[in-house]
Amino acid sequence: MKKKKDDFLMKAATFIVGLILVFTYIPVRRLYYLILEISDAILTKKLLKSPEDINIKNEIDRIRKIYMSTKAYSGKSRFHYRLDRYYIGHTEQAHSNRVFIFFLFPTFTAFSVFVITPFIMGVYFSMTDWTGLNTGHQNFIGLQNYIGLFRDYQFFYSFVRTATYSIMNILVINIVAFGLALLVTQNTKLRNVYRAGFFLPNLIGGLVLGYIWQFIYNSALTSLGGAWAESVLAAGNNEHAMAALIIVVTWQYAGYIMMIYIAAIQNVPQDLIEASRIDGANAYQRFWNITFPLVAQAFTVSLFLTLVTSFKQFDTVISLTRGGPAAIMPSWITGLFGLSNTLTPVKSLNLIAINIYNEAFVNYNMGIGQAKAVFFFIILLGISLLQVHYSKKREVEL
Amino acid sequence: MNHLPYKRKELIAEIVTFLLMLVFFTPFAIILLNSAKTSQQIINEPLGNPDNWLQFFLNIYLVFTNRNVGYFPAFFHSIIITSVSLVTIGVFSAMAAWVLVRTKTKYSYLIFMFFLSGMVIPFQVVMLPLVRLLELMTLSTGIPFKDTFHAVVLAYIGFGAPLSIFLFHGFIKSIPIDIEEAAIIDGCSKPQLFFRIILPILKPIFVTLLVLNGMWIWNDYLLPVLIIGVNGKTRTLPLAVANLAGSYVREWDQILTSVVLAALPVIILFLFAQKHIIKGMTSGAIK
Repeated sequence: MKKKKDDFLMKAATFIVGLILVFTYIPVRRLYYLILEISDAILTKKLLKSPEDINIKNEIDRIRKIYMSTKAYSGKSRFHYRLDRYYIGHTEQAHSNRVFIFFLFPTFTAFSVFVITPFIMGVYFSMTDWTGLNTGHQNFIGLQNYIGLFRDYQFFYSFVRTATYSIMNILVINIVAFGLALLVTQNTKLRNVYRAGFFLPNLIGGLVLGYIWQFIYNSALTSLGGAWAESVLAAGNNEHAMAALIIVVTWQYAGYIMMIYIAAIQNVPQDLIEASRIDGANAYQRFWNITFPLVAQAFTVSLFLTLVTSFKQFDTVISLTRGGPAAIMPSWITGLFGLSNTLTPVKSLNLIAINIYNEAFVNYNMGIGQAKAVFFFIILLGISLLQVHYSKKREVEL
Repeated sequence: MNHLPYKRKELIAEIVTFLLMLVFFTPFAIILLNSAKTSQQIINEPLGNPDNWLQFFLNIYLVFTNRNVGYFPAFFHSIIITSVSLVTIGVFSAMAAWVLVRTKTKYSYLIFMFFLSGMVIPFQVVMLPLVRLLELMTLSTGIPFKDTFHAVVLAYIGFGAPLSIFLFHGFIKSIPIDIEEAAIIDGCSKPQLFFRIILPILKPIFVTLLVLNGMWIWNDYLLPVLIIGVNGKTRTLPLAVANLAGSYVREWDQILTSVVLAALPVIILFLFAQKHIIKGMTSGAIK
């Protein structure tokens, strides 16, 4: 029974090993021919010292024949013939095919092994009761994990929170970044310093950043006293915690998005702006009718980037609040899932990425965690495709 | 640049931007101030001036000698992993992107699409099976993969390839093919053509990718935590900081100092290469 369960994994492993073998076979065979060629050349050179000698000439022909029988176009089998013709021999086609394969090999292998294979395995695991502890003993249970997701109110809550957070985050980051980009493309004296300065927080990683802000929110701000005496990250401060997180992420990410907008704004041709100025457009009209449509492409890119990063937000939240202050499930969700009126505790910044991580590595429900992840992937894919599709429509090509 | 007197509008812009930047820098200032305090003083007056700036060096000494952090090993692991990954991702992706652009068959288009599909796969979908796959690969080949440099670097090549190939692909398309034909006529072989002629042309986009991938890899937490583990022997700087903050929840002096020490190398590097980086970022961002 156990063997059958691991069948898929063995197939995956065989696939990887096979992939590597195919890619190594060609260089090895090529090397073999190279050695043959070199030895052939050396032999010929040595023996041709006195080419008048008929015996030696015959000898050379004999040796040549032996080598030729193993060389390209020998036609031993159809497979080898094609292999030589297209990959190993001396034709131009084979040469460019070799370059194609060798240049693709490193990235292709790493990408297939470390991204695609786990992805396919993941789709399979999402249909099993894998717990991470019963290695090799998981049972195939079909779509049960996915059906379970629709009864999981904690996951639904995470999803709602992530969606709310992402929408607000996308708005705030893009507004701040675009404003900053407008400011630093003005003709000010220190503009290069400003650009570098606003970009600086982006160099600090999400995890380290979370600790910095945890200190600021929990210790520095509370020491001000008064309205700040209670930490914004304290239990029950549901919305404050999210606002706090948005401030952190904006502080980190706005500088990066700003760079994209700067590039776009600098690409707006100055003569267009001059022309409109001569035609009597005021600053507001110039902005809305010329600059804005021309930087729409940058909006597509930035919206996509901020959308994806907000949905995937993980390490900043982990180090900032470990999933967030405790809160109480909003009544509309408890009503939706038909829970009794008892207060259901939730963690208010338990975003999807954290929910998946906890389900897998804290609760050891790897199968359910994986189902959540695949569900998350489908949602993310759908939203980003929609977003790019609609943003593309508004772009103006010069 | 020009030393003309300010126009009114520009003066306002200058002042507003400057004030905004001060606001942006306050968190840095708070952290720097507090990394020069004893933990007692941090709790008592987090916004006050430090009594003695020499405490900063004492804190650094404490972090350096703290066994939970292991700052120097972690620092060198981070350096090795980041630099090796950056160079390999850059060169290998450029190679792949170049052959994908210059070979016009349906296979090259399909492979390009195959790489692009990696851009929409979130790490969360891949992370659980990845751990399992590494174990399986160790079982079937006997080569250790967990807690090793090569596994981390290979994983970074895999995860970094889609974006890098996408950016290189766009850039290489804009390089005129005449250059390559001229080189071929002059007797260049294809690999020579790439390494001697194409790679130097790719410098601007290469710098952009160095910055993007560098920030990501240097600061990454989730991938090392899965492949290396929190207490692995090849742990990186973010893991070390997380380890410290996890074990001493209230020892803010050491946490903040280690935070400063973790961020400092990147910031110094950025300030030195700022001109190139900003140029690379702004030129490569849109393409």
